[in-house]
Amino acid sequence: MTQVPSIAEEKPTTSLSSPKTATLRIARFNPEKDSERKFMEFNIPYQRWTTVLEAILEVKKHFDHSVAVRYSCRQATCGSCGMIINGKPRLACFTKISELESDVVTVEPMNNFPIIRDLAVRFERLFESHHKIKPYLINDDSEISSNEKEFLQTPEEVEQYIQFSNCIKCGLCNSACPTMATDSSFVGPQALAQAYRYVADSRDKGKDSRLKIIDESHGIWRCHFAGSCSQVCPKGVDPAMGIQFLRGYLLGFRS
Amino acid sequence: MKPQDENKEGIGGMINPRRYGIERVAYLLMRLSGLGLLAYFIGHIYETSSILKGQVGWNEFLDLTQTNEGHALLAIVIAMCVFHTVNGIRVMLGHGGVGVGKPSRPDYPYDPASQNMKHKIGIYSAIVLAAIAMMYGLAVMYGE
Repeated sequence: MTQVPSIAEEKPTTSLSSPKTATLRIARFNPEKDSERKFMEFNIPYQRWTTVLEAILEVKKHFDHSVAVRYSCRQATCGSCGMIINGKPRLACFTKISELESDVVTVEPMNNFPIIRDLAVRFERLFESHHKIKPYLINDDSEISSNEKEFLQTPEEVEQYIQFSNCIKCGLCNSACPTMATDSSFVGPQALAQAYRYVADSRDKGKDSRLKIIDESHGIWRCHFAGSCSQVCPKGVDPAMGIQFLRGYLLGFRS
Repeated sequence: MKPQDENKEGIGGMINPRRYGIERVAYLLMRLSGLGLLAYFIGHIYETSSILKGQVGWNEFLDLTQTNEGHALLAIVIAMCVFHTVNGIRVMLGHGGVGVGKPSRPDYPYDPASQNMKHKIGIYSAIVLAAIAMMYGLAVMYGE
């Protein structure tokens, strides 16, 4: 019988890369006390796989525990740790320091969101816009009262909206949007993409009511197809595509 | 909420073309050319109104466009007009959902289908055509 070595005796098959050091610049700002944003710098050792979130948590653990940051799952699923990393909106848990190709990593709170403190921002407006477009199936023929126990869909019908149901509401798209930069009343790419997600669902009957909600001066017409929302989406939702399809319904290109 | 608490990027962030590729450059050029054409349209109305001053007044005003500065201004107007038209057609088609790809299950690294090569070619075409039209306009104005 073959002797299986214990885990402690196992030797790594690949050699670990030597740790490098990056300068992590963290924006510090408390709207209740501070008049302007300041940056604190920390030298953080990192490996090829070290994420920006891990570096921030390293700072909290060893240097300054007062840094305010929101995070939860650490695997790009909860959408909590969105921030501006080296000038672009990204998820801190989904961004490796090594892929930034810079030894200086600057982290700031997401643009177009009010700051709570440091890197944590308020999401109330995003959630309000999300609720506004009725993010649920509207269908009087509910699954409970219908004779059929479920609404069947073909794979092609699922394909129409499945991409847009990947949204984790991280807010990166709203942060990158040039319209959101000047118009805080704009409904935003996140909510518009979700409006399309339900309009495109063959089980949904609420298309007209949703189109009415977004057909206003701060609604879909303020999207100018810059596409930045799609470029920063960490889940491949492609809000710009959904918004243009949605507008296609209003312009008569789609029915 | 006070404006500074909103943490909005403002116009500086809106017009920053450096972060999101050629699409954001086109977005900026579209706005600049639109405002430029609006300014030209207002100036053009003012210019043509000089005919009310008679032939002398009209000729005097028209002479302003025959200078090097006038030629440069008109060349820029030609470039703005061509870019705004070609890129406008691209954007209008996109707004109707034309050429923005098809919905599908996203795969890592999640390249957005709406930012596809058709639209990039459309943007570069608008820039190249604007440059060609501007050079042709200069050649005509300088009589070559």
